[in-house]
Amino acid sequence: MDHVAAVPAGKAVGDGDLTVVLTSVSSDSHTWNLVFLQLVLEELGHRVHNLGACVPDELMISECLRLQPDLVVVSTVNGHGFHDGLRVIGQVRDHPELAGIPMVIGGKLGIAGPGCDGSRAKLTSAGFDAVFDDGTGLTAFHTFVRQLATGVSS
Amino acid sequence: MSLSTTGSFGDFVARAQSAGRLVVQPRMGVSDAAAMRSGLLLTKASSATTVGTITLDSYTRTGDEASARAALAAGIELNGYPIVAHDLATTRAVLNGVVGPDFPVQIRHGSPLPESIIRALTQAGLHATEGGPVSYCLPYSRVPLEESIPNWARSCELLAEVRETGAEPHLESFGGCMMGQLCPPGLLVALSVLECMFFRQHGIRSVSLSYAQQTDPDQDSEAVLAMRRLAAKWLPDLDWHIVIYTYMGVYPRTPDGASRLLEEAARLAVRTGSARLIVKTVAEGYRIPTFAENVAALETAAAAAERCTRIIGDVPETGIYAEASALIEAVAGLGPDLGTALATAFRRGYLDVPYCLHPDNAGRSRSYLDSAGRLQWSSIGSMPIRDVVGSTGSGELTAAGLLASLSYVERTFDNASLEREYRAAPAGQVPALPPRPDELTKEQSR
Repeated sequence: MDHVAAVPAGKAVGDGDLTVVLTSVSSDSHTWNLVFLQLVLEELGHRVHNLGACVPDELMISECLRLQPDLVVVSTVNGHGFHDGLRVIGQVRDHPELAGIPMVIGGKLGIAGPGCDGSRAKLTSAGFDAVFDDGTGLTAFHTFVRQLATGVSS
Repeated sequence: MSLSTTGSFGDFVARAQSAGRLVVQPRMGVSDAAAMRSGLLLTKASSATTVGTITLDSYTRTGDEASARAALAAGIELNGYPIVAHDLATTRAVLNGVVGPDFPVQIRHGSPLPESIIRALTQAGLHATEGGPVSYCLPYSRVPLEESIPNWARSCELLAEVRETGAEPHLESFGGCMMGQLCPPGLLVALSVLECMFFRQHGIRSVSLSYAQQTDPDQDSEAVLAMRRLAAKWLPDLDWHIVIYTYMGVYPRTPDGASRLLEEAARLAVRTGSARLIVKTVAEGYRIPTFAENVAALETAAAAAERCTRIIGDVPETGIYAEASALIEAVAGLGPDLGTALATAFRRGYLDVPYCLHPDNAGRSRSYLDSAGRLQWSSIGSMPIRDVVGSTGSGELTAAGLLASLSYVERTFDNASLEREYRAAPAGQVPALPPRPDELTKEQSR
């Protein structure tokens, strides 16, 4: 992963030492998902920057540029996540500094219910490293984060 | 459509209440105008005493009119009705012949900066909506209170102008919801009263105070009765009523559990003399409900209300009135202008909503569910309620603990439902829960 090269030589990055930007999308006002995921990630030992509700695209990008996180977690449950997600991932990947940053999206991404329209494939081909749509649950997310933490340290 | 023939929201609710009928109301909003109209017609045609709802979409609520327009142009379905992006003629056609003195329609939105929404709804001939400078700012946005408060003040004044046309405008505070769950009742009650005091200062004369059903029926009843007393004290010259929101947290997945929670909300409304109830449907736990599911919920709630005998004032007093009263007095004591006082109160942490991530919220308060299933403070931050609340423990909250608290009501009602089903099922057949698409759900389809 390109990202590994961004870790300064000699910096000990072990399991539970990721800098994570946790964010919603601009149209989504829900925050319990963010409160919960912050606790989940902190219990795994990671540092969480929780950007809160209704995060404008520009703020998400400026915070990612400022913090240079090891992982960006987009959590959204208002049903606009598919469209909003496609928009923000394009903007993030357009930034050379953010092109290789691991970025995932999850929650309730469409208003029709779990991915009946190939939305997951569209989101990954647009640049998300993983999509945790309705029904994937927390185990898959845990596995992803663990693998990322191990990958970064190796 | 003439404005003077559309009737007043507050009058309709008052007439129903004096006739002994609970007004029930859905949350309902789709982007397609014809579908929106049919949703209103189905609500109106239900056997319950109803008012109609047009719930707006997330783009409109966040002021992103361009995205709402683009979605309409591209035929992309939104999660609500984009009243600002739709032509005025389109919205009038949705309402024409539907809205009237026998069927008021309320706009539900969720915007911290609702001025353009208020303009659109009054132009369309409507005059009932909801929200508030705190309740639609802190939980659902990152807009500073310093922007939300003046925008809401102007919005109230704009809405109040409708009175010149003969209809009395109505504004409901969303203050009784705050994050949907895990906010102890005293703060919910105080915020509903304070927001209605703010509406009053900006020309509104007909208001409703909200209270969202929480985790314990007795605690909820005590809270609503406290709210009635405080409304009578602080809003003596207004037309006011109380609206109950059916549980706004993680909702049961079993149809039986979902219906029983709704019926409990209807009983809470009747027991406490509340006039109106916003329902939830059996589909709430996993997706935005259909019109048919909404109508079924309205009729289920109305039937439960019919069966309930009114009982007022027989719940043990645990201090909710004193707590809410202390909070209101602390804010009112900060100065004559409620808007300024509210901003100051949050800055000083006199009001502090637990688990609210908004930058203007102090974020020092914490709450928990006690072993009896009642909401309690684990930390009150700087809120002036130490005398009432007493000492608070402060156990470290874990993700699992939070999830358990958030899903307490869902598990309680689903487990009871599965237990009943299991007893009724033939040997060897184990009933299954409908799939839960996500561990966490929204406090509202917003």
